[in-house]
Amino acid sequence: MANSLFEEKLNSNDFIVTTEVGPPKSVDVSEMVHHIELLKDKVDAINITDHQSSVMRFPSIGGCLIVKELGGEPILQMTCRDRNRLALQAELLLAYSRNIVNVLCLTGDSVDVGDHKEAKPVFDLDSVQLLKMIRTLESGTDMGGNELKVAPKFCIGATVHPEADFIEPQLIKFDKKVAAGAQFLQTQGIFDVASLRRFMQYASQFDVKILAGIIVLSSAGMAKYMNNNVPGIIVSQAVIDELAAVEKGKGLQKGIEIAARLIKTVKEENLCHGVHIMAVGNENIVPDILEAAGLVNVSG
Amino acid sequence: MIVAEQKPLEEIRRMIAPYGRVLILGCGTCMTVCDAGGEREVSFLHNALQLAQARSGDVAHTFSEHTLKRQCDPEFLELLTEKTADVDVILSLGCGIGVQAIAERLPDMPVLPGVNTSFMGMTKESGVWDERCAACGDCRLEDTAGICPITRCTKGILNGPCAGVKNGKCEANKDMDCAWILIYQRLERLQQLDKMRRYYPPRNYRTIPRPRRIMSKVDTVVGEGDG
Repeated sequence: MANSLFEEKLNSNDFIVTTEVGPPKSVDVSEMVHHIELLKDKVDAINITDHQSSVMRFPSIGGCLIVKELGGEPILQMTCRDRNRLALQAELLLAYSRNIVNVLCLTGDSVDVGDHKEAKPVFDLDSVQLLKMIRTLESGTDMGGNELKVAPKFCIGATVHPEADFIEPQLIKFDKKVAAGAQFLQTQGIFDVASLRRFMQYASQFDVKILAGIIVLSSAGMAKYMNNNVPGIIVSQAVIDELAAVEKGKGLQKGIEIAARLIKTVKEENLCHGVHIMAVGNENIVPDILEAAGLVNVSG
Repeated sequence: MIVAEQKPLEEIRRMIAPYGRVLILGCGTCMTVCDAGGEREVSFLHNALQLAQARSGDVAHTFSEHTLKRQCDPEFLELLTEKTADVDVILSLGCGIGVQAIAERLPDMPVLPGVNTSFMGMTKESGVWDERCAACGDCRLEDTAGICPITRCTKGILNGPCAGVKNGKCEANKDMDCAWILIYQRLERLQQLDKMRRYYPPRNYRTIPRPRRIMSKVDTVVGEGDG
């Protein structure tokens, strides 16, 4: 039996659509609530990011609680950057007790790229070890070998980078994540369908669901900025040129068009099991992308 | 060896302000090799402090200088007693270990750190030192082709590269090679990639309960017969 609606969807043969919402640097969560309400019935699950790019914000677990309150399906993004193994396990107990069971396991961006550069980086575990730790909790013991009175049960995933410039070491890590129990993989942003096709030739041998990461860009400048400053993002020159060719003020429209085109290709060519849309601050345009890609009311 | 950098002159001047007679004490081992606190740097600092004092019109301090072979060794610290008979403070250009060894040796003498102790590393080229060992107490270099991910990966992760690597460089510093790409390339060259495919469990931090102590073990050799 599935632990969550999202796991049920993963177990089906349906095309899966997830998206992400970034919490605010504020105690006013009204905009995040608005984004969740806008998206919760249009996608299969909403990731809530965990201090993305190492910028301190309202926490992922808090955002997931709000998704639950609003009747949506959350995916808890959990990085190893800020918490040691005690804190990670404790937060997983909290999550399960509130029926938050979908967890995306990440190592986490370096503290050096964020807004608290003097903070102590933790990294007591890495992403593979975090996946294993969750399976250990499910078996009824914590990492110290002590018994849990009641064991949780999660649906766990991780990330993979099909467009990395040194792909072989990334594939070794992908193997380890699958072996550690990952049920789904959300990829880093895909800009070149050929690289996804190559990756899937390799990944399709594993019993794991792959959701292609789709990043929505709003200008050539944003693409270049991300290439230089955001870990794990490599926007292809073809996409940068396409964005640069449009007149001023039409960049986001072009970005939506590119994202929708990628999603359509993924779906029509049956390249992988679904998509994960990252609108990075433009969450309100995700419905437009879904419509342009012909994916309205996917979860309906 | 231990690598350090001398503190800025202004910080040193602020530290010595309450004291009159200052002994600038160098260290003849690591601090000499990394150009932070050997005999030469002691002499340069002595001149710089005197010059700064003269310029400021302040005559508060008198300076003397000396360099021990090693500040972290009781054998050499014994020689310190006569040098400190008429000083009010020791400004040590030894690493953090040297400063503390002096503090333990001379209970009544204030001692100040003249360098920031940075890391354990090696000389890369003239004037350039690179960190290589984190002294984690649980060496895994056998599994990583002689390249330490704990020291050279900014996250110290054990199961392969994160996704932040671009052009073989680290997301935290575009001039720094990704340790895991280096490890991958060397394991491939040595035909040992199976080592990278293994799962490595979380580190055991009990190997570094600070402060650590190593006791020399006198092993009883169990030989054949009466050996």
